[in-house]
Amino acid sequence: MSAAAPGPGELERLVGGFLAAHDPAAMEPLEFLRARFDAGLAWVHYPEGLGGLGAPRALQPAVDRRFADAGAPTNHPERNAIGLGMAAPTIAAFGTDEQKRRFLRPLWTGEELWCQLFSEPGAGSDLAALATRAVRDGDAWTVDGQKVWTSMAHEARWAIIVTRTDPDVPKHRGMTYFVCDMTAPGVEVRPLRQLTGEAEFNEVFLTGVRIPDEHRLGDVGQGWQVATTTLMNERVAIGGHAAPRESGMIGVVAALWRDRPELRTPGLHDALMRAWVETEAARLTGERLRQQLTAGRPGPEGSGVKLAFARLNQEVSGLELDVLGEDGLRYDDWTMRRPTEVDFTRRSPGYRYLRAKGNSIEGGTSEILRNIIAERVLGLPGEIRVDKDVPWKDLPK
Amino acid sequence: MTDLLYTGIEDDLRASVRDVLGDKAPWTSVLAGTEKDDPYDAALWRAIAAGLGCAGLPVPEDLGGAGATWRETAVVMEELGRFAAPVPFLTSAVVATAALMAAGERDLLARLAAGERVAVLAVPFSAAPGDEAAAAVQEDGGALTGEVTSVADGTAADVLLVPAAGGLYAVDAADARRTAVTSLDMTRRLADVAFSAAPARRVADGTGAVRAALMTGAAMLASEQLGLAERCLDDTVAYVKTRYQFGRPIGSYQGLKHRLADLWTSITQARAVARHAASCVAAGDADTPIAVAVAQAHCSETALKAAEECVQMHGGIGFTWEHPAHLYLKRAKADAIALGTPDRHRAALASLVDLPPA
Repeated sequence: MSAAAPGPGELERLVGGFLAAHDPAAMEPLEFLRARFDAGLAWVHYPEGLGGLGAPRALQPAVDRRFADAGAPTNHPERNAIGLGMAAPTIAAFGTDEQKRRFLRPLWTGEELWCQLFSEPGAGSDLAALATRAVRDGDAWTVDGQKVWTSMAHEARWAIIVTRTDPDVPKHRGMTYFVCDMTAPGVEVRPLRQLTGEAEFNEVFLTGVRIPDEHRLGDVGQGWQVATTTLMNERVAIGGHAAPRESGMIGVVAALWRDRPELRTPGLHDALMRAWVETEAARLTGERLRQQLTAGRPGPEGSGVKLAFARLNQEVSGLELDVLGEDGLRYDDWTMRRPTEVDFTRRSPGYRYLRAKGNSIEGGTSEILRNIIAERVLGLPGEIRVDKDVPWKDLPK
Repeated sequence: MTDLLYTGIEDDLRASVRDVLGDKAPWTSVLAGTEKDDPYDAALWRAIAAGLGCAGLPVPEDLGGAGATWRETAVVMEELGRFAAPVPFLTSAVVATAALMAAGERDLLARLAAGERVAVLAVPFSAAPGDEAAAAVQEDGGALTGEVTSVADGTAADVLLVPAAGGLYAVDAADARRTAVTSLDMTRRLADVAFSAAPARRVADGTGAVRAALMTGAAMLASEQLGLAERCLDDTVAYVKTRYQFGRPIGSYQGLKHRLADLWTSITQARAVARHAASCVAAGDADTPIAVAVAQAHCSETALKAAEECVQMHGGIGFTWEHPAHLYLKRAKADAIALGTPDRHRAALASLVDLPPA
């Protein structure tokens, strides 16, 4: 172990030294990224030898900025959100030394993309009800079941997966968490077409898939605790900068309002100004949360930020169609496609309106988020649970 | 981007103010005060204004103040809102003080900063920033004649600051005829004020001082609304945990839990916009008019929602006189109209951000 964790000045010096020895313009991007990982400057809050230096997490944005300013290649975090945001912290917390060495470096560099096999047709908000079975078979497990809402499954090399290993105990106790090889025999990925016409997500069918026991994360039966760690990291992305005013949906509608005076009515103006105020309030709240995190004083405001974002995005994308009137009746394209990123701005207003409906469902429904705020922040009583002490196999399904 | 957090000094200031309010302004006293003749709680005012030195927070030290900023003043406003405290802080230590600071006046300012005098701006409490031109009082030979209705803390004032004749005048309250108004919010009472050739001293030319005063007042009012909303949420959450119906705490029902979660979310936003507005005013930031309009439009509705939910979720007891919920409801509704309704602020915002009406 090293002595004290490096502070901002020491990190600044280390990045400067690294950039002096590794010219981003002269190196292969992948070589550069691997070297950056090996120097501990990938995610500075990770331990030494695993891409970090044990530094405070709040110092990461400054490091990223420094590399961006120097024209360093990026690991394309937008393509590997599940890997970077969820798989990596889970592996760091529960993985064996061997697992950490094997998985974290190619994950961070983007050589290997990750997806998440959590939700099932019968286990959405109630993830712990999941039914995908893993049965021990010597030094491996045989997995059968169906997962759903898996983005990037068709591009991912690895998945994090939660399975049912003991149906005879109450649901939270009978689960086990694995890393699943997406190229293994028996893994079948099918696009899942959404109400927008496209397929960002997939269904994943698992039929007799063999997972070696060495790819288990955490103990047998500990899957819920491991999954909880993963989900706690499914946070609102907080960057190093404040979002500019009028970014996102409100900017789209504001531009439309300025360009098309003939579409204006008093009622729409009132709705627009209300939405403008609420969007600005949400932006400043996100900025305040960012300042809290930077100051090392995180608060529970993140769940409120997600709740407000979903409501506003839906409201404002609906307003755009109202302002458009006749043009709001047209749609750009119902063809089935498989996008790798959600891009609101390049699609039609109708697409934006429809896609926004997912915002209050994905990553925790707004109803579940309200329960979480009410119970964990306000300390109100939890929901009455009829399933807590019942063996999983006896639950109504 | 402005600093949206609270400094250690601000946390300490909050604790001192809350101690005094907890001691001298329990809701039972505030409620009893609404049925007394005194227009405000003089002992509480002395403790806050002079004792803690809060009246002079934004005033420079060489002018007799504490040399702090409107950010610290905003923290005091949060606490006063939390207690619906019956003191002329918003009217004298914020609005009148801001007017005198903008006017470059020194003598009266120093006495306001010391908490020795109470001055109020003689405009209807509903006046929004931008309404400064509509003066209802005429000047003739250094004396004022006319009438201004619905002046907040009008009966508490020693001095009235009166917009007239393209400027701002100071009038001794004894030289005006003041009629107490039975107000929706009796914790901050209104008065109708009439001047009949009242001797007046001109303290500012132009409308700039009044505009600055109303803008600063609107910014600080957002913090009062934040504190009021927090109080309503805290009291309501505490109540629904202990009130049992159908064998369960009523706070275990999603019908209430989800609304309280939404209210909490609105309040986190109110905190961000109020802090931004206070920081902008403190720094003289060019973003001030937008920040204040956003803060008023959002915080007015959040405080009102919080007070309305407080009444509703307390059920029958919340509808009685012997419970503080109605104090918060009346303060919240009056605050929403004060210094510009949300609709007025959205209209101001529309022109500031180039989103013209139909």
